[in-house]
Amino acid sequence: MAELKYALYTGCTARESTPELLMSTLAVAEKLGIELVLLDEASCCGASHLQDFDDFLSLVLNARNICYAEKLELPMITICNTCQLNTAMTKERLDNDDDLKSQVNEKLAEVGLEYKGTSSVRHFLYALIEDYGLDKLAEKVEKPLSDFNVAAFYGCHNIRPSHLHTEQNGSEENPYNPTSLDRLIEALQGKSVDYESKNKCCGFHADLQAPKTANRLTGTALLDAMDNDADMMVTPCPLCHLNMDVKQHAVAKEMGRDIAMPVLHLPQLIGLALGIEPQKLGLQHNVADVTFV
Amino acid sequence: MSTERITKKITFKTFRFNAETDYLPYFKTYEMEVGKDELVLDILNRIKWEFDGSFSYRRSCRHGICGACAIKVNGKPVLSCKQNVWELLEIFKTDTLLLEPQNKGRAVKDMIIDRSDFWEKHAKLKPYLEAEIDEHPEEEIRVSPKEAEALLEADYCIQCGSCYYACPVVEVNEEYFGPAQFAKAYRFNADVRDNAKTERLEKVREMGPGVWDCVKCMECAEACPKDVNPIEKITKLHNQLFEEGLAQDNVATRHAVGFKHSIVKHGILDEGELVRYSEGNIGVLKHLPEAIAMFKKGKIVMPWNMPKSKNLDEIQTLVKSSSKVKF
Repeated sequence: MAELKYALYTGCTARESTPELLMSTLAVAEKLGIELVLLDEASCCGASHLQDFDDFLSLVLNARNICYAEKLELPMITICNTCQLNTAMTKERLDNDDDLKSQVNEKLAEVGLEYKGTSSVRHFLYALIEDYGLDKLAEKVEKPLSDFNVAAFYGCHNIRPSHLHTEQNGSEENPYNPTSLDRLIEALQGKSVDYESKNKCCGFHADLQAPKTANRLTGTALLDAMDNDADMMVTPCPLCHLNMDVKQHAVAKEMGRDIAMPVLHLPQLIGLALGIEPQKLGLQHNVADVTFV
Repeated sequence: MSTERITKKITFKTFRFNAETDYLPYFKTYEMEVGKDELVLDILNRIKWEFDGSFSYRRSCRHGICGACAIKVNGKPVLSCKQNVWELLEIFKTDTLLLEPQNKGRAVKDMIIDRSDFWEKHAKLKPYLEAEIDEHPEEEIRVSPKEAEALLEADYCIQCGSCYYACPVVEVNEEYFGPAQFAKAYRFNADVRDNAKTERLEKVREMGPGVWDCVKCMECAEACPKDVNPIEKITKLHNQLFEEGLAQDNVATRHAVGFKHSIVKHGILDEGELVRYSEGNIGVLKHLPEAIAMFKKGKIVMPWNMPKSKNLDEIQTLVKSSSKVKF
């Protein structure tokens, strides 16, 4: 197999409030022999909010980010569901609308860039599944997760809208019954938890404007996982992670029930199974107690 | 020539409830041989005709245009009269299908639910054209093809409620208008003949019922059987609020605008500053417990350590030249 090499769009969260996500992504990639080039030039994707204010600006900025992956002639990977959605959506719109593409390129030309549409944009999860392969990942497991019930929490922006997912992530996933993350957990020899909330919304994007809504959605998912005997949760999205991990106390208050659930980032879970030291995976940065893991 | 029909044996686990007589709902299982052309509506008919005459569901046009027969199968919103059954087996990789009403909590009888919440909210956003028209007009009001395109096919909505009952915000916030309602508001706001744009925008900007409470889960885009893509229209309503100068200065609008401020300064988002900018200096204090917990775990970047994107000058140039909206 040819060596895997990607341009990594880290997104903002991995550089700030979830440093453990970037640490564990780099550690896992190194262990698996996947080469990652960090796109330090990239800006924020607008997180699905900037476009509410200025849609065109959001398009231009996202197109610029993709340009840097194109310059390296590498496929781009993301480690945040919302980065994935915004970047993939930009790509889809520009690739299917020459008029819009030329408007955006007119702006990009001012800084000497051009969006061509030559780099694919997919989430690390699907790069692992489609390019690296779960069979190969399974062979690398040093510490099987066999004692653990792991609840997969997919996060909206990686699986919906499904046509975008199929085209950009290049992977089949039924948004009403996604299986990729569950299959990955099984490949690490963990037991994936069957629960209704796995494809539901955590409410992150309304955290500030509608905290009650957000807390209820996060709480419903956490309690659903708890009630189905999950020992821990895993998510490919740092925004879901912020809600599930950092806000457990506030969420418990809203729901009127105690909540104690370790929540891992996808690469943290993989890293543990690959035998990488917890310190290198940034487990010391997780808020909800993960010591038993 | 053989006329033998190829069928598959399928188990339908079906939601049953009669609000007048049952204390709790229950599920009944029906097994059937199903042909490759059969639709979910055929199955509903067969349950009624072959198993239990009291089984109830809505149906009318059988053409995917009246929106009456929308239900959920294995959690997926479908129009019964358009959805092929074998296709569902393929999607869910199963031979057992779960037939449920759009919202179990609103069930009246089996697949029939009380949709009054949907219609009441719908009516609040003036789902009709408001225009002053001469009593004896001399010519028709013309809409050019380009002007009609601005509706973004929002007029394809058949009010089946698929998006509305798939929306998680509707489930936890009963005053929230809902995706179909917003799509309809956009449909008339985008119509050149309409005069009630301001009135609708003043309703959709309200915190609680309005567009700012959308969690951007994309469930509505996924659920719509007519590809109306309601969240696209929700975004358009956000845009209209800013374009028309009707966006109020509140946590939600500052949150959207705050991204631009942060991107100009750092390229990437300054998370702490975004929260402070959105909430204001007083409001931000309510996030203190979380901030302390995060700080202890090394999750907060101090302003003086805030990373910046490489080639930040490019980003600043682009923000300056590409910005189309002011606040």
